[in-house]
Amino acid sequence: METKPKTNEENEPAKSESVIVMKNLYKAFGDNQILEDFSLSVQREESVVVLGKSGAGKSVLIKCIIGLLTPDKGSIEVLGKEVTGLDEDGLAEARKKIGFLFQANAIYDSMTVRENLEFPLRRHWTDLDEPKVLKMVEEALENVGLAHTMDMMPAELSGGMLKRVALARTLILKPEIILYDEPTTGLDPITSKEIDQLILTLQKKLKTSSIVISHDMSCVKTIADRVVILLDGKCYADGTYEELESSEDPKINQFFQSLLV
Amino acid sequence: MSVISSVRDFLDETGQISRFAGRFFSHGLKPKFEIKELLAQCYVIGYKSFPLVGLTGFIMGLVLTMQLRPSLVTYGVQSELPVMVGIAIVREIGPIITALIFAGKIASSIGAELGSMKVTEQIDSMEVSGTNPFKYLVATRVIATSLMLPLLTLLADAIALFGAYIGVNIKSVTNIKFFFIQVFESLSYSDIIPAVIKTVFFGFAVGIIGCYKGFNSTKGTQGVGRSANSAVVLSSVLIFVLDLLTVQLTNLLGFN
Repeated sequence: METKPKTNEENEPAKSESVIVMKNLYKAFGDNQILEDFSLSVQREESVVVLGKSGAGKSVLIKCIIGLLTPDKGSIEVLGKEVTGLDEDGLAEARKKIGFLFQANAIYDSMTVRENLEFPLRRHWTDLDEPKVLKMVEEALENVGLAHTMDMMPAELSGGMLKRVALARTLILKPEIILYDEPTTGLDPITSKEIDQLILTLQKKLKTSSIVISHDMSCVKTIADRVVILLDGKCYADGTYEELESSEDPKINQFFQSLLV
Repeated sequence: MSVISSVRDFLDETGQISRFAGRFFSHGLKPKFEIKELLAQCYVIGYKSFPLVGLTGFIMGLVLTMQLRPSLVTYGVQSELPVMVGIAIVREIGPIITALIFAGKIASSIGAELGSMKVTEQIDSMEVSGTNPFKYLVATRVIATSLMLPLLTLLADAIALFGAYIGVNIKSVTNIKFFFIQVFESLSYSDIIPAVIKTVFFGFAVGIIGCYKGFNSTKGTQGVGRSANSAVVLSSVLIFVLDLLTVQLTNLLGFN
């Protein structure tokens, strides 16, 4: 299949199958236009990796989806509901179905691992009783192979373990969609590969859809069902890893080669 | 040109702090309240500050008495030493010194804690977890500082008066009961109540400045350090400004 830069219209698959639909997004910080007429949709149980240069607006994009940032223009539908312009309660409701793995893990360093995992649970589902909460925490930690760290403080854990705890915290609410912001940044290649495999395994097990921001090509190759290149605020190209890798478009080509280096 | 720019920056920051404080009243005081976190903050901010505040209070009372004695001896009114020390401590020195010590300890700690949470995306993570970070982090801390500083000031005053009693006894002999009777006979509610009320404002200033600086921290670890530092400087200056204003106000209301 030939890969070529795609227009926004071509990036819009059938709405009925889509869990995330972003249409004509614009976002600027002062004079710096980050997103400009960006459109993208993500299908159910699909993993879309977004590639782009530093400062291209990849993190801004996923922060707009979860409501941490508000786009200047455009619409974002998550599971059929428009999320732009939602009030605090509406956003809290939408966020129950969306997990977010932060680049810096964002583990609360004043809390134990257990308290970190309990925090979103108790906030989103206030009617859960103590044994149920404990069971869910244990299950989430077992999923990432860290059941023994339950009463440890974050400072006692390595970078890879912190990433796993952050992943467990993201998954504990059993979200339908997960947004990963550079999940392997700062980790050594072996740990990165372990995290990639863990993400892949859990995605299949929990049947989640995801958008992954990454610079790590082994991560992209392992996780991506589809790769999107964000360039000049727009969705410049969209295809499978193999399609984009073999593309003759000089910008895509240059992009892949520089990332591989 | 740089003077104009500095004035503009100052006004800009003043405006932003006022808006931040306004947000506290418009959003932070609405239900649902974070009671558990508020109690935890009262413990950290109040109970854990007590040893430092108590020690400085004791030294303050002792030193003030020792410094005042020679002057009073010169005029032959050394018997009035408990009265002078009592009024000075309760009306002014107790509240202001306690507030400054409190600002040094708490504003820097809040600024650094929230700053660090901000740069490591913990505040964003909290928001994603269905929690309003302003209510959870800011409102609880500001309420805790506003409630705890008056209590700490009262305790510091009591300990400072005890220090003053020891100071008086260094060069003369006074019965503790007689000392405190002399102190309290010279004090009235109009000395104590305005002094306590102003510490609520001092506590509010420490909390709001610490949280504002932490919440708006940028540029990594350097930014966190800068937030902690500027939180102490700004809240200390604000304490003096508020003190000046409350003294004028109590004068106008006829408490002096």
